[in-house]
Amino acid sequence: MAAEPLKRTPLYGLHRSLGAKLVPFAGYEMPVHYPAGILAEHLHTRAAAGLFDVSHMGQVRLLGGPVAADLEKLVPGDIQALKPGRMRYTLFTNEAGGILDDLMVTAMEDHLFLIVNAACKEQDFAHLQRHLGKDRVFPQEDRALLALQGPAAAAVLGRLASGVGSMTFMTSASLRLDGIDCLVSRSGYTGEDGFEISVPAGSAERLATRLLAEAEVKPIGLGARDSLRLEAGLCLYGHDLDEKTTVIEADLAWAYGKRRRAEGGFPGTGILARQLTAGASRKRVGILPDGRAPAREHTEIQDLTGATIGEITSGGFGPSVDGPIAMGYVSAAQAVAGTAVSLLVRGTPRPARVVPLPFVPQRYYRG
Amino acid sequence: MTVKYTEDHEWVRLEGDVAVVGITDYAQTQLGDVVYVELPAVGWKVEKGKEAATVESVKAASEVFAPLTGEVVAVNDELSGEPGQVNSDPMGKGWFLKIRLADPKDFDGLMDEAAYRAFVEGLG
Repeated sequence: MAAEPLKRTPLYGLHRSLGAKLVPFAGYEMPVHYPAGILAEHLHTRAAAGLFDVSHMGQVRLLGGPVAADLEKLVPGDIQALKPGRMRYTLFTNEAGGILDDLMVTAMEDHLFLIVNAACKEQDFAHLQRHLGKDRVFPQEDRALLALQGPAAAAVLGRLASGVGSMTFMTSASLRLDGIDCLVSRSGYTGEDGFEISVPAGSAERLATRLLAEAEVKPIGLGARDSLRLEAGLCLYGHDLDEKTTVIEADLAWAYGKRRRAEGGFPGTGILARQLTAGASRKRVGILPDGRAPAREHTEIQDLTGATIGEITSGGFGPSVDGPIAMGYVSAAQAVAGTAVSLLVRGTPRPARVVPLPFVPQRYYRG
Repeated sequence: MTVKYTEDHEWVRLEGDVAVVGITDYAQTQLGDVVYVELPAVGWKVEKGKEAATVESVKAASEVFAPLTGEVVAVNDELSGEPGQVNSDPMGKGWFLKIRLADPKDFDGLMDEAAYRAFVEGLG
């Protein structure tokens, strides 16, 4: 199999100079960790502030026509209700109610700004172009994306721009940071307060270097990004979500807008409406192993009689929890907090419990 | 005291007919922060090249293969509480297990330090 050459983000040179360990991820050469290591990077993000390069993700603007109504033909979220400067998590669905990708939608004055997963972006762009028309879909290939996450993030960013502190969770603003025009949102993928910053590619390294010069900020790799999001109970597409998993099974009914439930009009409406009232046969839950052994993705989940009831979709070690954590899908009957289950790790059933998500309190800034 | 090495990045130190086994500094660097080590029961018979233990970092689980054939006579129980010793002191407090060798002469077949160093350099 001839592998495509790996792409690099505008921060590749910075990663190298910071001593990152680079690995292939979604077609990009990305930092999995820096010399501090995943544990220290994870804990630093929860204690102060971490800077992540997420430029591999897809950024796309949708223009023209009744764009919010048109996007609603592809997603279950209430996009028309979004006022300019507000953002929302939603999902591209298929006719079976399965998930093609999960994404963030921000309403701008006269268009929508979307952030989609790196591994799905080409097919997402094609999907959008097919339904909205090529002349309305503009991938922002010339922009990088940084995330500044952690309890010190607002204080740090406030030194570069006034007005940052009053932004609330899931809002967005055009701000000039160190003389660079950026689109800043108060959002993230760690469970912490923080920001995501869309920045012109040519200025990304200067902005990243400027942020890293602040005492509270350290560079954080994708390894800690994964452990942080798992502790926060957030899904990772391709693992916890996929085309064969419905929005209701994934326990994401909160992203299925109230008006949309009444009106439908997106792929999979019938199935999702039915599962919403009758329930799905399986559901995503948190799983807490009793001992110290992590249970990884694809670990079989059994009930106490040894019957298979599901599978782990994300599992590992939670540095802030200081123990193994996981999430996965189990039969509806067992998807109740407190249910005792077994995890088949290296052939041995090990005790675990179904627990509520997240594993750590979310600390979003809601004003 | 002689220490020898395997291509699976284990070190083996011979004490009489007992081999003390751990993973090398190169291995712990590659793994990153170790958060869990699963060791076999004392009395377990291990066979050269077969799985003898599991070491888990934040990211992934890796198998540790028995460098030589024999019987497990001790394991490092301290690693259950302090798995980070594998990172901080891989060739000391981070040892994994002790094997009473079926045939102590097998030890001679492992790489010496110079050979192991050349092997690691060859990995780039």
